[in-house]
Amino acid sequence: MSGTHQALSDRLVSYSGPRRSVWRMPFKGSDTAWAVAFLVPYIAVFVAFVLYPVAFGLWMGSEPDLYGWLLSDPLYPTIAVNTLLFVAFGVNLQLFGAFLLSGYFMGGGWWRRVLLAIFLLPWAMPALSAFISIHYMVVSQWGFFDSLWLAVTGTDGPFLLLSRWSAMATNILSYIWKWMPFWTLVFLGARMAIPRDVYEAAAVDGARPLDALLHITIPMLANVYLVATLLSTLWTFGDFSTVYFISYGAPARQSDVLATYGVRAAFDFAQPRQGVAAMMTALPLMIPVTILLIRRVRRMGVQL
Amino acid sequence: MSLALSARPRRRQGIAVRIGSIVLPTLLLIWTLFPLYNILLIALSADGDEFSGEIWPEDWNWRSFQVIWEQGNEYFANFWHQFGNSLLLGLSCMVVTMLIGSLAAFVLGRMRLRHAWIVSDVALATYALPSAFLAIPFVYLMRVYGLSDTLWGVAASVVAFATPYAILILHQYGKLIPVELDDAARIDGANPLQVYLRIYVPMMAPALVAVGVFALLLAWNEYLYQFLLLTSSGDATAALIINDFFIADEAPWNEMMALAMIYALPPIVIFLALRRFMVTGLTQGALK
Repeated sequence: MSGTHQALSDRLVSYSGPRRSVWRMPFKGSDTAWAVAFLVPYIAVFVAFVLYPVAFGLWMGSEPDLYGWLLSDPLYPTIAVNTLLFVAFGVNLQLFGAFLLSGYFMGGGWWRRVLLAIFLLPWAMPALSAFISIHYMVVSQWGFFDSLWLAVTGTDGPFLLLSRWSAMATNILSYIWKWMPFWTLVFLGARMAIPRDVYEAAAVDGARPLDALLHITIPMLANVYLVATLLSTLWTFGDFSTVYFISYGAPARQSDVLATYGVRAAFDFAQPRQGVAAMMTALPLMIPVTILLIRRVRRMGVQL
Repeated sequence: MSLALSARPRRRQGIAVRIGSIVLPTLLLIWTLFPLYNILLIALSADGDEFSGEIWPEDWNWRSFQVIWEQGNEYFANFWHQFGNSLLLGLSCMVVTMLIGSLAAFVLGRMRLRHAWIVSDVALATYALPSAFLAIPFVYLMRVYGLSDTLWGVAASVVAFATPYAILILHQYGKLIPVELDDAARIDGANPLQVYLRIYVPMMAPALVAVGVFALLLAWNEYLYQFLLLTSSGDATAALIINDFFIADEAPWNEMMALAMIYALPPIVIFLALRRFMVTGLTQGALK
């Protein structure tokens, strides 16, 4: 495998080397003004629509009594567990599936390209449209699945939204259906960026497809996979639409997650501070994930 | 004899691969298309026949689409106006995200500004609190800003959350563009704005399209902020009509599904038209 290792190490060296500053011409004072002027729009957006709301939210959720109220709510532990399950299964199943499918779509053939275009449709489709369709497939008694069950078995069932666990499973699968195409596209791109000569050198050295997967693809995609996992974790934590439109918290709010629980508390029950406090309880998990993401991106410069 | 023995597992493997090459795409097609098929099935069913158990309606009933076209239902009284608002929201988020993201990425990647990395880190820190978590304080602050019940308040939330990702993509994609181009332009006397407009933007076209479509899809997928911020009919979007149907007990489902189909068309058409750019823009330099 020496040829493979040589080719691989050459590529890794060329990819991970330190980057020189690119604005190599003399940097004049007026250029600094240009740079600042270019950054001002983003900084303004960030301060007005991210930093200030975050500070305001932290202030809203700063009273310790709010967390006492939260812990005394018998529903809260259920919501916390649901959120963790939603994130853990939603992120990992989605990314692992995307990783496998990206390998499948790397294969040649016009029909794979057509299949890829169809497979990407859920990502392009609005969540609202897609989730309403799924909701009416799983809704009890007259939904598609219950009608099919009745037609096939002659008995009532499976009533997916009448059990907390099946409702959660439906939410998770719907979330995966919607977002797995996006991550498949990302992994597909990462695979395409691996130079073919690395695989060719491995093949010359007698490597089987499994060897190439284990010793080339996985090591070279590891960083992309990690960053995708971190980013997807953060996005999944804040997902509102899936649970709201698929299960609507059914049965009796047993499948709610923190995002839907907080919004309901704020706007259905007119308790905005409690709503903010509920969401703030996710911060101990989200802040380390964000720090890890920033460090990883800064060190490795991963693109998604 | 030994040849025959070694050929057998290979033949078995070949059969397994052939079966897999049929089964996997079939399962993938069913998995992907089933919710889409369900929308179509209900939209084309006659009122009251939505759950009759038919796999395909015997008579295609286009009446639901006609009702929407003619705004012939109390829910659709302002449909085209609201659909226009959705388009305006999506396109404005697309343009603003491309503009702000590319300007910031240009500074981060092409200009030597001290401590510019702080901007990059701070941008990513936005994701420490996902948009749903910020919705409550955001709604209160929009009243302070005077942006409550306007499309621009919703657009601001989408842009704020799309831009960090846009900066990330554009910053990395920009590393593929030779810096010698910038140098040559500088020698010819170009200022940073000219380098940005005449070199950076044209060379970044695939990545710009990718982040633009990303922002558009984010805006089209966004529902929570529209629901919380847009309370009057003037700036309401088509997404809110779907929600009105969703929470109403007696809404005709075939019309709602027809509406869901129409609502899904613009992003799908744009995505399919620009799919090639999306793949290029989202993936170039992915291993860097």
